[in-house]
Amino acid sequence: MSGTLCIDGIAVPFSDGQTIIEAARSAGVYIPYLCHRPGYAPYGSCKLCTVKVNGRTNTACTLPAADGQTVISNSPDLQHDRQRITQMLFVEGNHFCPSCEKSGNCQLQAVAYHQNMLDNHYPHFYAQRELDASHPDILIDHDRCIFCNLCVRASKEKDGKEVFGIAGRGIHKRLIVNSPSGKLKDSDISVDDEAAHVCPTGAILVKRSAYLAPIGERIYDHHPISEVACEKAVLDTQAAKGHASCDQAQLAGQVPQNSGSDSHYAASMPPAPDIKHGR
Amino acid sequence: MAAKIKIATTSLAGCFGCHMSFLDIDERLLSLAEVVEFDRSPLTDIEHCGPCDIGLIEGGVCNSENVHVLREFRNNCKILVAVGACAINGGLPALRNFFKLEDCLLEAYQDGIGVDNPQIPNDPELPLLLDKVRPIHEIVKIDYFMPGCPPSADVFWNYLNALIEGRDPTLPYELVHYD
Amino acid sequence: MLRAVQAQYLHIPQAAIEQLAAALHIPRTQIIAVAEFYSFLHLTPQGRYDIHISDSITDRMLGKEKLLNYLSEKLNVKVGQVRADGLVSLNNTSCTGMCDQGPAGLVNGYALTHLDYARIDVIAKLIEQQAPLTDWPAEFFAVDEPIRKPGLLLNQPFNNGAAIAATFARGLAETLAEVDCSNLRGRGGAGFKTALKWRTCSVQAATPHYVICNADEGEPGTFKDRMLLDLYADQVFEGMTLCAAIIGSDQGLLYLRAEYLFLYEQLQRVLQRRRDSGLLGRNIHGRPGFDFDIEIRMGAGAYICGEASAQIESLEGKPGIPRVKPPNSVICGYQRKPTVVDNVETFFAATHIAIQGGQWFAEVGTAQSTGSKLLSISGDCARPGIYEYPFGTPIEDILRDCGADDVMGVQVGGPSGTFISNRELQRRVAFEDLSTAGSFMVFNSSRNIFDIVQNFTDFFAHESCGFCTPCRVGTTLLKNQLRKIVEGNGAAVDLEELSELCLIVKNNSHCGLGDSAANPILSTLASHPELYLNQLKQSSFTPGFDLDATLAVARRMAERDDDAAHLSQVEN
Ligand SMILES: Cc1cc2nc3c(=O)[nH]c(=O)nc-3n(C[C@H](O)[C@H](O)[C@H](O)COP(=O)(O)O)c2cc1C
Ligand code: SF4
Ligand code: SF4
Ligand code: SF4
Ligand code: FES
Ligand code: FES
Repeated sequence: MSGTLCIDGIAVPFSDGQTIIEAARSAGVYIPYLCHRPGYAPYGSCKLCTVKVNGRTNTACTLPAADGQTVISNSPDLQHDRQRITQMLFVEGNHFCPSCEKSGNCQLQAVAYHQNMLDNHYPHFYAQRELDASHPDILIDHDRCIFCNLCVRASKEKDGKEVFGIAGRGIHKRLIVNSPSGKLKDSDISVDDEAAHVCPTGAILVKRSAYLAPIGERIYDHHPISEVACEKAVLDTQAAKGHASCDQAQLAGQVPQNSGSDSHYAASMPPAPDIKHGR
Repeated sequence: MAAKIKIATTSLAGCFGCHMSFLDIDERLLSLAEVVEFDRSPLTDIEHCGPCDIGLIEGGVCNSENVHVLREFRNNCKILVAVGACAINGGLPALRNFFKLEDCLLEAYQDGIGVDNPQIPNDPELPLLLDKVRPIHEIVKIDYFMPGCPPSADVFWNYLNALIEGRDPTLPYELVHYD
Repeated sequence: MLRAVQAQYLHIPQAAIEQLAAALHIPRTQIIAVAEFYSFLHLTPQGRYDIHISDSITDRMLGKEKLLNYLSEKLNVKVGQVRADGLVSLNNTSCTGMCDQGPAGLVNGYALTHLDYARIDVIAKLIEQQAPLTDWPAEFFAVDEPIRKPGLLLNQPFNNGAAIAATFARGLAETLAEVDCSNLRGRGGAGFKTALKWRTCSVQAATPHYVICNADEGEPGTFKDRMLLDLYADQVFEGMTLCAAIIGSDQGLLYLRAEYLFLYEQLQRVLQRRRDSGLLGRNIHGRPGFDFDIEIRMGAGAYICGEASAQIESLEGKPGIPRVKPPNSVICGYQRKPTVVDNVETFFAATHIAIQGGQWFAEVGTAQSTGSKLLSISGDCARPGIYEYPFGTPIEDILRDCGADDVMGVQVGGPSGTFISNRELQRRVAFEDLSTAGSFMVFNSSRNIFDIVQNFTDFFAHESCGFCTPCRVGTTLLKNQLRKIVEGNGAAVDLEELSELCLIVKNNSHCGLGDSAANPILSTLASHPELYLNQLKQSSFTPGFDLDATLAVARRMAERDDDAAHLSQVEN
């Protein structure tokens, strides 16, 4: 099934099997995410991509796109909650960016920048977690793990191994390693595995790759994650030509006319943002 | 001429990096000086904070002295700003939170290499250490946060101008940094 | 499987993890993840007598905290620990479903009821003598089923096989139509229309189809499923069987919460008897080709496993983490096949609808909530126990029947339900007003609302599966923020923060647990705002932790105790 849905007043085409987040990304419309990664099975745990679909709350990374959906992503309420959820991730672990090798290339940090997050808001948890530096090439700093499960999926689905798992319940969640000692050095991970590179934060790091890019040339130094996340996808599609707003789309007959709430909503939307200068 | 805006600044458990960065606003300092005057600050040597419009706090809270100074600022400043990573989340000094305070003290004063006359200081004049380094918003109410380690001179400029003009400060993407 | 290992070794040893991983071809991470997820599985050895005491609010009201301390002293073991000689371990646990006969607990998984000082003295002695549980006085384990007020369903006469016979006589489609016309809605909480679920499942092309009976009954204050399985098991199994006939299933599962281990043997006997009389197994009721059997699987202590998709994960040997929806489990459930998950009481009701017809059921109750509801009543009332009422019954009538006076408030639907004050007692039990899976806790005017709200909020933080950020982090933030206010360290901003946090957790969580985790705070904020306001400090802000205590280590090491070595919580 393919068709068109409407995200914040922008008409977004989708193809068979695409989730809302992927349809949006392909069209250059950024919906923040952390536990999602293009090409990976949906997981839906971080809740950053929470949107309203036809008035109901859902995660854009798990919900299949469907024709005529009206999606709200950038309402003040949703943006506010998104920032609070990001702040929860910051206080749950221990994130001291000035001393983190991932700084500047970190998706968690970039998502926070994107939201103009200036503080951590909540009281810190002062979690006591460990560092696993046992492996010659790869390091795990548990302080920065956000339980996005990407390393688990990468190892299983991409590398054909099962190096990582997530154990524990509730706030006692922890990342575990499949080896007799529980240490990374005794697992069968290799530095070429996708699992060694997939972590969106500085929790899994490849040793000796720190600070290779000087400040100013790191991924998110000048380009907000909203651009970086969409860039490749946009180049691949016609969307770079600019967006059709939903009512234009309706005029062009791409969106069914029947939904009264659609057009009402589109009419009250601010003009579609220019994706090249995303903010 | 309208009364000048009063600003006080201090460094708690910080490295004065933020203060240095503040001074980096360079020649803009002169135009600032036309509208503000400094109360307690490392720049003035005034010992206690009087009633002020804006208080800038660098550094987190690591000892009892920090708590007293922070409260003095809160009581005297209409607007209190957390300046820099350390004030906002503890920053580098908070790396000691991974160790027990007991072990830190023993290492520093008793068992560490090169310690002579091992003894934990007990002079009542000295402030006691908190078990953890904490961000300042866990102790008093903070009105604004200025991220960065340190925040760049442009961030200071941006914030101070906004506050002086009575606006809520906002930062463009390029200026939001945690490092 | 892990339960068996644990029973033998009192925990799941590393060697067993390695062996199981190799034998089952699963990564050891999966075994560890499972063991850490469930409260009753452990990676470190527990005592040979492993005692858990129920920490539900109703147990607390019956003096549980003092009893626990007494027990802890008697046995010389701290709560949360194993005694050095390995003989005994002592822990708190969430509600064990014995709220009508608390304070309650578990020893090696078997329910202990009516705990008091005298019983604890005896128990301590038995443990020190290392007497096997079989030698303990039987009355310690006795579970009463006080049915105080039977109604529409509990009063119905029943002969084994009658519902199956009626179903076949009428026809499967016709019986489904009767269930439809009865307007039966799920009794497990969500109130989904049962016939719709069954019909959707029946038309799925993928095979096989499964029937799961949800007997996790984890909502604190609920124990009506316990009673049904104890006294009416045949009628529940018969409901599962006719569901199987309708949806075309040959395999049923009963997910029995770990706390109801005492029912296991007796339920197995019921199943065997049904097999022997041709009501389970092959060609049921003489109908060629209708094969169906039921297997009992035990839970391992996790409230979230009451959620249908988490339960399915648990049945598949994984941690009970709710799945992403869509697809719904009716389409993609157990083993990724179409599955009906229904509550014990739903199957029980279906049995009688199959016999009596839908109209008979629909005539009782309200338009949107037909039939009757079993309530598990506990707390401050003269006659705790099981009551059956037509939907639409006002709370005040129920309170009168159970002998509750001097009522301060009622928690309807357990922690995830609604707290109503004594000004709202005309409200009714119904999906359209006060919805409940059965929990009904009464509080009199001597009770402190904050004790109740804190107990419930702690419960959710403890039971959060931890999958999604807002619930994993948010429930703990809620717990801490509430404590800050209750302990008198809250300022006006803290109350705003609390309300905001409630909504964030509620609006962004993945499943019903997170969705309802803030309900205790939200509903008491609505009914008793003045209570919260009175707690607030006048200052602009006070730390949420004990400031002076953070100096304790430094004070001790510097051997100081002068004034300057202390900090006041609030600026003077
Ligand atoms: C956190 C949570 C706990 C639940 N616990 C139970 C339970 O113990 N028993 C139950 O029957 N349903 C429970 N449910 C509801 C189930 O998800 C599901 O709706 C129900 O079993 C369906 O059966 P029904 O339609 O017969 O009610 C729970 C739901 C949630 C979100
Ligand atoms: S992982 Fe990202 S957010 Fe965390 S400390 Fe490192 S750079 Fe900062
Ligand atoms: S280590 Fe990284 S990739 Fe793995 S779960 Fe944690 S944050 Fe996600
Ligand atoms: S809401 Fe809570 S219980 Fe439900 S999936 Fe999220 S963390 Fe787990
Ligand atoms: S990206 Fe959708 S929940 Fe994480
Ligand atoms: S001194 Fe400013 S952040 Fe450290």
